[in-house]
Amino acid sequence: MGMTMTQKILAAHAGLESVVAGQLIEADLDLVLGNDITSPVAIKEMQKMKVDGVFDKDKIALVPDHFVPNKDIKSAEHCKCVREFAYRNEITNYFEVGQMGIEHALLPEKGLTVAGDVIIGADSHTCTYGALGAFSTGVGSTDMAAGMATGKAWFKVPGAIKFNLTGKPAKWISGKDIILHIIGMIGVDGALYKSMEFTGDGIAYLSMDDRFTIANMAIEAGGKNGIFPVDDLAVAYIKEHSTKSYTIYEADEDAVYDAEYTIDLSTLKPTVAFPHLPENTKTLDEITEEIKIDQVVIGSCTNGRLDDLRIAAKILEGKKVAKGMRCIVIPATQHIYMQAMEEGLLKIFIEAGCVVSTPTCGPCLGGYMGILAEGERCVSTTNRNFVGRMGHVDSEIYLASPAVAAASAVTGKISCPCEIMD
Amino acid sequence: MKQAKGTVFKYGDNVDTDVIIPARYLNSSDPAELATHCMEDIDKDFVKTVKKGDIIVADKNFGCGSSREHAPIAIKAAGVSCVIAETFARIFYRNAINIGLPIIECPEASKGIGAGDEVEVDFDTGIIRNLTKGTQFKGQAFPEFMQKIIASEGLVNYINQK
Repeated sequence: MGMTMTQKILAAHAGLESVVAGQLIEADLDLVLGNDITSPVAIKEMQKMKVDGVFDKDKIALVPDHFVPNKDIKSAEHCKCVREFAYRNEITNYFEVGQMGIEHALLPEKGLTVAGDVIIGADSHTCTYGALGAFSTGVGSTDMAAGMATGKAWFKVPGAIKFNLTGKPAKWISGKDIILHIIGMIGVDGALYKSMEFTGDGIAYLSMDDRFTIANMAIEAGGKNGIFPVDDLAVAYIKEHSTKSYTIYEADEDAVYDAEYTIDLSTLKPTVAFPHLPENTKTLDEITEEIKIDQVVIGSCTNGRLDDLRIAAKILEGKKVAKGMRCIVIPATQHIYMQAMEEGLLKIFIEAGCVVSTPTCGPCLGGYMGILAEGERCVSTTNRNFVGRMGHVDSEIYLASPAVAAASAVTGKISCPCEIMD
Repeated sequence: MKQAKGTVFKYGDNVDTDVIIPARYLNSSDPAELATHCMEDIDKDFVKTVKKGDIIVADKNFGCGSSREHAPIAIKAAGVSCVIAETFARIFYRNAINIGLPIIECPEASKGIGAGDEVEVDFDTGIIRNLTKGTQFKGQAFPEFMQKIIASEGLVNYINQK
């Protein structure tokens, strides 16, 4: 029986000729990731294990990004714990404030994630690296601890859903609109325990940043991972950023899928997920009422990359954010921050009345740097709009693309970029 | 193996880890402290009324969202002896097994058990008894490999014993 792309990667890392959905395997890991929230718990668990140290100091990445620069004393203690562990174990890829970025934007940029890898991370959005043709999935702290100690993890081989993306995306349609459309279609548990395998001629029109956004939100449909075929653009990205060897896997022609969907990208419309679930999607033309907003966040592991900042700047250039609006722009890494500065994007944001922050996950999970008060509404390019996610339990988050977020910052209400742009 | 017996707290679909333990408390990793905020954003009375041994029953996709292990840790530290749901989000499922919080998938039990019911669970057989209503359900058995992790009371002990 044929294997999916994910199944082939898992088989190769388990030393098996083939695997089938439902099979329990133990796979070798190419990278184990943790952040300042999840690593302290993992470090504590690892100390209970009868091991001398980490399995490979080059195959662990520790990225303090959630509550850094330290938001309070307790967060500082967590970061100190991670820093001391990193130094004690001579972890090659520990990224201190000043070099760090939001983990899922940082690791591909640093060339640590390449096609054919098996990667676990103690962060649910670890699925992002599927954009490069890797199998990568989020786990908890104990799995991270076991991964750091043994270099292995157990997996139940997932079945898969195939998403055939066809055609050229319509104007203003980005990776965010595509993945919100898919989550709206299949629901927040529509891909539970499964791989989301993307294919089709439409992928050729998607930038790497679009693909990272789509793979990033596979978890928001319950998926174990999201994965893209490795085309020339992906290979060029890997070669530009990494010296690691990579392996290209392709699904067998007779691979079995639990379901298949075809999505014509030319027919999609800008999409927003309403509170309090990412599946509560509406296209902008379906929104009849005026939804006034108090804050816009442009950033996160989902949409804090250069393409995202470029489109937001294009819309904000020469305009002002609406009166009473707070617009928070967070470049996802130091490198992206620098590029945005060199391209003049930061000047555009600041002149428009936005605040530009150092890289942090801060507001996305209601940590700091943009907490909402009771009754406030935010249009955010982040990934979750659960109850209380960005602050007060009676605040509201509307998930959208950077283009919709920027347009909404200008008008003060949820808006299509087409309302203020040609 | 073990049994669980307690009063049920009942929740609906898609209970996410942000409401189980809001991120504003993730500057701590102390189980006892996390337990004091467990379920705070979905049920303010939970921590006031939960007793050791009580059971959480929910509908679909329990534990979706963030991978924070703090969520099952908070539930376990609050005294909950078992979580029964129609389905679990996969990272929460792994995390619960890895830290030794018993969980059982059982759509029939999720529909047939209400808030405040007295429920008894036998982990060896997967039998769930609703003592209040006098009904009985059979939960899904764990694969052998996961049973070993559970019997070792978590992944760390399992690896140490290997």
